[in-house]
Amino acid sequence: MDNCATVIPIVPDRSAAPRWDQLVQADHVHGSLYTDPAIFQAELAAIWFRTWVYVGHESEVPNPNDYVMKSIGPEPVIMTRAKDGSIHLLHNRCPHRGNRVCVTDKGNARSFTCPYHGWTFANDGALKGYPFPSGYEDADRSKLGLGKVARVQSYRGFVFGSMAEEGPTLEEHLGAAMKAIDAVCETSPEGEVQVTAGFLKHKVRSNWKFLVENETDGYHPSFVHASIFEVAQSGIGTLYSSESTAVSRDFGNGHTENDLRPEFRKRDVPMSWFGTTAEKLPEYTQKMNAAYGEEKARRIMIDGTPHIMIFPNLFIAEIQIFVIQPIAVNETVQHVTALQFKGAPDLNRRMRQQTMGSVGPAGFLLADDAEMYERTQLGVQSQNPEWLYLGRGRHRERRDENGFRIGDATDETPSRGIWRHYRALMEAA
Amino acid sequence: MAMTPEQRATLEDVTQFIYREARLQDEHAYDAWEALWTDDGVYWVPANGEGGDPEQEMSILYDNRSRIALRIRQFHTGKRFSQTPRSGLRRVVSNIEVIGDDGKEVRVCSNAIVFESHVRGDTIWASRNEYTLRREGEGFRMARKKVVLVNNGTALWSMAFLI
Ligand code: FES
Ligand SMILES: [Fe+2]
Repeated sequence: MDNCATVIPIVPDRSAAPRWDQLVQADHVHGSLYTDPAIFQAELAAIWFRTWVYVGHESEVPNPNDYVMKSIGPEPVIMTRAKDGSIHLLHNRCPHRGNRVCVTDKGNARSFTCPYHGWTFANDGALKGYPFPSGYEDADRSKLGLGKVARVQSYRGFVFGSMAEEGPTLEEHLGAAMKAIDAVCETSPEGEVQVTAGFLKHKVRSNWKFLVENETDGYHPSFVHASIFEVAQSGIGTLYSSESTAVSRDFGNGHTENDLRPEFRKRDVPMSWFGTTAEKLPEYTQKMNAAYGEEKARRIMIDGTPHIMIFPNLFIAEIQIFVIQPIAVNETVQHVTALQFKGAPDLNRRMRQQTMGSVGPAGFLLADDAEMYERTQLGVQSQNPEWLYLGRGRHRERRDENGFRIGDATDETPSRGIWRHYRALMEAA
Repeated sequence: MAMTPEQRATLEDVTQFIYREARLQDEHAYDAWEALWTDDGVYWVPANGEGGDPEQEMSILYDNRSRIALRIRQFHTGKRFSQTPRSGLRRVVSNIEVIGDDGKEVRVCSNAIVFESHVRGDTIWASRNEYTLRREGEGFRMARKKVVLVNNGTALWSMAFLI
């Protein structure tokens, strides 16, 4: 293996605006991408406030006038369901003097009244009125509503927002990730997921991109999670070994996955993906058979749910969803909850139990991942070597039958795909 | 209302038990700590407030007895990296009140402030703890411990030590 320093003779010119082609190369990225506050600001503009970002799930606001506090990057956003059932994403900033109009996590409200001077807004953002109106002569009320996220769209209940008026459609952005979302929904006998178990919020002193890369890094589990693999018979460890037939995949648009289906198909045991058997979930199995027919139900229950990172912030990890929220160049929050499949109470109970065990600040898995994000963040502050090396598996990267780049289970095909997309977004800005 | 001599003795005994539990946690004395539990013990750290139904909602930690044992076995591998190196810990436990006693089990509340020194930096954790202590022989064992962190509705740093 070549030494980084001999492959990359360039020292990036850091005096002017960042040159993305200097910082992001095919199998090397520069350490400053994780530490430079100016780069973080540029990412907010070019990625978080421009592209499609996952915000929340429709099941979090099931009834008319329900609302829940969410975010797009560091910005708070209120997700509301108006009286007519439509979903809105509102900036939590009073157009008068900038106060927060909402300070409770969730609730049911037809309107929001700003506590500072009493302006009132409908839950679709429109200004309903302000006190002592004789003080305003020619104010245009239609322009004094709450700021709205420019584009809001759902896919199978997953609500995304884009702060840019124009750009690729949600379908164009999601691309192949739509099929993965379909597969998640199909695991429910009623074809729907629900996000109803409440979130754990885990803060780490790390740049957001270390998290995005780690979600589909199949190289680390054998080492970082050795402690829990040693003491619990989870069967996860072997999925991410050099003998594994699983593949890593780059879907383009920054979306990546660890596709574990080859291993599950080899096992050929329904529900083995979840570490159990169909016999232990008789109610679920029966409903799946009734909904999809035995053959298709069997295939779904063998393949399991995907392990996919939908750029930039939605990670579907088989039984959980993680929502990545950048706070600062070296601070990130992961919001995580157990997925719940509509019509599958026996499975849902186990999913909650396993999720509580594995993720969140004290989780058997995630506390150790978090430790790695934080130590890499400390590491990249050191000066030498300046670069990070992402070359694993480059020589054996290949295309699958759909033309997507794939690598072995432990290869860095996903990370290279994330950075390729990142560079394109940053250069386009 | 003045305590009876029996109540006073119970308070003294449960206080000693809780101090001991705190010290074992601070010193990462995992096996001694695990031995404090009854066979049906439940260790619960709710998220998002006082905690709704832990069977329905996500908790930071909701361990039954076998999961408590698993947690301890994970520490013993020496590869629990979020605790390698271990957090430096010291906690102050106070405001101990007996809120129920049926002769078999005593229900106790306390406040705790935990100072944690970690690679990441120093953190202060604050909680209200609720215990169900079951009388066994001369002493007690923990049948239930609930730790309500005052900031459990906000995003938290990793917390892989015994809280
Ligand atoms: S700041 Fe909201 S009404 Fe004045
Ligand atoms: Fe991991």
